Amino acid sequence: MNASTHPSGEATAALAPADLVGLDAARIGVAPGRRTYPPGIAAAALFLAVLLAVAAAPTLFTGYDPLTGNVLEGLKAPNWEHLFGTDRLGRDVFARTVHGARYSLLIGLGGMAISVVAGVFLGILAGLRHRLLDEGIARVFDVLSSFPGVLLAMLVVTFLGQGMVNIAIAVGIAGIPKFGRVVRAQTQLVRDADYVTQAAVYGLGRGQVFVRHVLPNVLVAISVIATVYVGSTILTVSGLSFLGLGPQPPTPEWGVMLAESRDVLRVAWWPAIFPGAAITLTVIAFSTLGGYLQKRFEGRLA
Amino acid sequence: MPSPTLWSRILGRLLTSLVVAWASVTAAFLALHVLPGRIEDILAGDVDTPGLREAIAAEWGLDRSLPEQYWAFVSRIVGGDLGTSYVLRQPVREIVGSQLWPTVQLALTAGVLAVVLAVVVALLTAGRGRLSRTVASALELVLASTPVFWTGILLLMLFSFTLRWFPVSGGNGWQALVLPSIALALPTAGLLAQVLREAIEKTLDQPFVTTVRARGVAELTIRARHVLRHALLPTVTLGGWLIGGLLGGAVITEKVFGRPGLGSVTLGAVLTHDVPVVLAVVLLAAFVHVAASTLLDILYLLIDPRLRAA
Repeated sequence: MNASTHPSGEATAALAPADLVGLDAARIGVAPGRRTYPPGIAAAALFLAVLLAVAAAPTLFTGYDPLTGNVLEGLKAPNWEHLFGTDRLGRDVFARTVHGARYSLLIGLGGMAISVVAGVFLGILAGLRHRLLDEGIARVFDVLSSFPGVLLAMLVVTFLGQGMVNIAIAVGIAGIPKFGRVVRAQTQLVRDADYVTQAAVYGLGRGQVFVRHVLPNVLVAISVIATVYVGSTILTVSGLSFLGLGPQPPTPEWGVMLAESRDVLRVAWWPAIFPGAAITLTVIAFSTLGGYLQKRFEGRLA
Repeated sequence: MPSPTLWSRILGRLLTSLVVAWASVTAAFLALHVLPGRIEDILAGDVDTPGLREAIAAEWGLDRSLPEQYWAFVSRIVGGDLGTSYVLRQPVREIVGSQLWPTVQLALTAGVLAVVLAVVVALLTAGRGRLSRTVASALELVLASTPVFWTGILLLMLFSFTLRWFPVSGGNGWQALVLPSIALALPTAGLLAQVLREAIEKTLDQPFVTTVRARGVAELTIRARHVLRHALLPTVTLGGWLIGGLLGGAVITEKVFGRPGLGSVTLGAVLTHDVPVVLAVVLLAAFVHVAASTLLDILYLLIDPRLRAA
């Protein structure tokens, strides 16, 4: 998702990334120190923990092979033997959904890692000094965010070709301004803070000041935004997979499964319900957790 | 009468957007040159007919110097010439032009629907006690987190296959527009309602609302007349993002419902590596996005006097 290109877009992005899923720009006043966890947060954290376990060791959760099935057993409605039913080729939908967790998480997190690394690098570069460089990088962010994310990713796939790694790169590039803008604003803020000036007075070199004071401050902001942002990355990734640009069949990726389910929709609802619910629940969990972190660290983000 | 500061602000905003538009064209040009491989090969896509590479080199003036090529590229795009698709053997402008309308229709309908839904939900639920607030924000979170293609599939399942109210696919008539617009509008409406409700709740605490209430104005009138106008302003800045999201979402929605439009053209072009077509669609979307957010920002300046100072 893109930030709007407001004239003062970089600064506002740091204070209120208002275009993120699960956003709470207006609730800045919430006390940062409370230690009780609302039930929604606990549920989200629990869901994500289970999801991680499923992604790490899918075979612990299902005995069926996600890639092979008995065609004669195709399109069976959910029953005790196949909890989520079977698809057109007789493959167990539960097994495919379970094995799919790995792909969504890997591509989503991988893409986000690219955004974070590139965004932090460019943001710090822009925020540290040198007006011309700053101006140039700010325009790069403007350009990147003026392309709708899905279309920009499609352009990248045109150049690089289909596949998992390539759509991770594609959504990664689209997400660079999201992090770059915040890091830039944050760096500028810290750069001019009194304690940084003082550190410089005590004789710390620019590199040392940077590693000890600028980087830790930026990291908090980054990890909060990243949690909020993973959700929308996973949404975009599943959309690209649905279009057939990511992993190819028979890979049990959720977007791919939904694309396959579209062809049998007339006769079977179950191949379409479960992977879609998996995507939605994952995104909700990340957004809930991210929104909560954002509220807690709001004071420190500004 | 707009003040001189206002004019200079508007002018500044227009200039920034021109710079961004120009920079995106430059980025496209640079991408073509930085990518590994010969430009002729990149532009040709999956086609390989004898003499084609030479024809492309001639059309794009690849034997000329880089600044000359750049100048030619920019002037072509400014003149509305988006190049030729060598895969489809047709000027890109004709391809895009013939498929533009269904997509614009879908995106516009969905956009209006999303705004109306968000405004209604936010107006009715903001500051109305814990229960309605919790229900509304949960609903908004679910809507904003549901992939547009899954919503589409669920709608198809319910209204086309089970109830048979709407056609399963195709692009004719208003019936074919209903489900795709709803699918595309829902996630946007969810996000928009989230932001709008926060803004309304903040506004409800303002002294002027108490003043209006003290005059005995009905609560719903206060909300619709006074609070909404005030709360809409911060939402306006989301407009550019919203339009970008609708365009991207339209591509996916068209695929779900088998609708003709830019989506199927773009998807086909991606799969055949038809770079000129994809590049044109992406640039077009960026221009629309930049133009829309510029317009909204200027509107914002005109509506809100506080932004004119300083």
